[in-house]
Amino acid sequence: MEPKRITTPLTDEVVESLRAGDQVLLSGVIYGARDAAHKRIVEALQKGEPLPVDLRGQVIYYVGPTPAKPGQVIGSAGPTTSSRMDPYTPLLLQHGLKGTIGKGYRSKEVIEALKKYKAVYFAATGGAGALIARRIKKSEVIAYEDLGPEALFRFEVEDFPLIVINDTLGNDLYLQGVMQYRRNP
Amino acid sequence: MREVAYTDIVETVSRLAIEANTFLGEDVLRALEAAAASEESPLGKQVLAEILENDRLAASERLPICQDTGAAVVFVEMGEEVSIKGGSLFDAIHAGVRKGYVEGYLRKSMVADPLRRQNTKDNTPAVIHVELVPGDRLKLTLLPKGGGAENMSRMTMLTPAHGAEGVKQFVLETVEKAGPNACPPVIVGVGIGGTFDTVGMLAKKALLRPVGSTHPDPFYAEMEKELLERINNLGIGPMGYGGRVTALAVHIEAAPCHIVSLPVAVNLQCHAARVKWAEL
Repeated sequence: MEPKRITTPLTDEVVESLRAGDQVLLSGVIYGARDAAHKRIVEALQKGEPLPVDLRGQVIYYVGPTPAKPGQVIGSAGPTTSSRMDPYTPLLLQHGLKGTIGKGYRSKEVIEALKKYKAVYFAATGGAGALIARRIKKSEVIAYEDLGPEALFRFEVEDFPLIVINDTLGNDLYLQGVMQYRRNP
Repeated sequence: MREVAYTDIVETVSRLAIEANTFLGEDVLRALEAAAASEESPLGKQVLAEILENDRLAASERLPICQDTGAAVVFVEMGEEVSIKGGSLFDAIHAGVRKGYVEGYLRKSMVADPLRRQNTKDNTPAVIHVELVPGDRLKLTLLPKGGGAENMSRMTMLTPAHGAEGVKQFVLETVEKAGPNACPPVIVGVGIGGTFDTVGMLAKKALLRPVGSTHPDPFYAEMEKELLERINNLGIGPMGYGGRVTALAVHIEAAPCHIVSLPVAVNLQCHAARVKWAEL
């Protein structure tokens, strides 16, 4: 199957055309955030404070890279487990976030919110951090610098390979894939 | 007594930390190649090819295989005739981890306290297990243990009536619940027996065995074979996208236990199964 090439910011039209199991090559600006940065973003939203970035149409990558060696854009940069961000995700989706990238299961609440706010959940290959780093062309910290590796990052990516896990219709590749290959264990 | 220099231990642990995180073992690479050849799911096959490409790239470009360069778990087999010159064994190991993780541009993933969570910024302390053995050698084995698969690991206290089938059910349930989160294809370390405090250690130790090796006891060798087949029937597949290869290997470590107990622990290891050892 040919991968679909998409570019951020994502429109509703693009997001709604994606289906669980689709392979995607994503290009453009994405944001890197994990546990601590999510907590800050959600606190700001709850207090009605402005965010360091406008979430509308954007994609967040759950990543905690290794330190870059001199001359490198970034160190190894594969996805981390997404479920840790589940408690924060529905509110971000409500504020216009269109995609998240990580690995592993999402909660029922997130899957429902993806349908409700028209967004998708992508997986990148876990444990392929050296390979994925090649698709990241630029990396900078744009907020929450005090959080160190957990700060808010801005990445420019080219043809970042992803798989759609949960789409806007409620399909789930993790369930579909297992059903297809399961035998009586 | 044979003397081993403190500084030799520091240098060795530092080198092991960097090498383990950069060069995946030949045993794991062979198992991944076999998995890529046998996987029926096209997407699963593609993921395995990506993983192999990543592991080769990491080795050739000297990059960490995975961004989670782990907690540094160090197993020490210390000969009874070894004495350390110039400092203590534990200090040397912590210093080696500090040096390797800082100089090797590895990620620092340790917090000083589980609830207050301040990062120690040098990946110390190492998790150290020491075993006294006969002889005058010092063997150091470093296992950088990533958090994704570790978080999906489980233990339970079964009772004798649960028997072998109860153990197998618990292992299957653990792998099934972990699904994509443990970064399959996984290596499944199973500890059976001992006590509440030692069974987890058995499961972790099981991860040190080379992938593809068989258990010396035919009873457990057979159980490993059966469990591997049943796990691969779960259909989870590479990265959980569906497929035939969910685990590369099942390794069991058993130990004597109390008449009323049957402790079981399952320590999951992601496909980036990094282990390196050295003998001084």
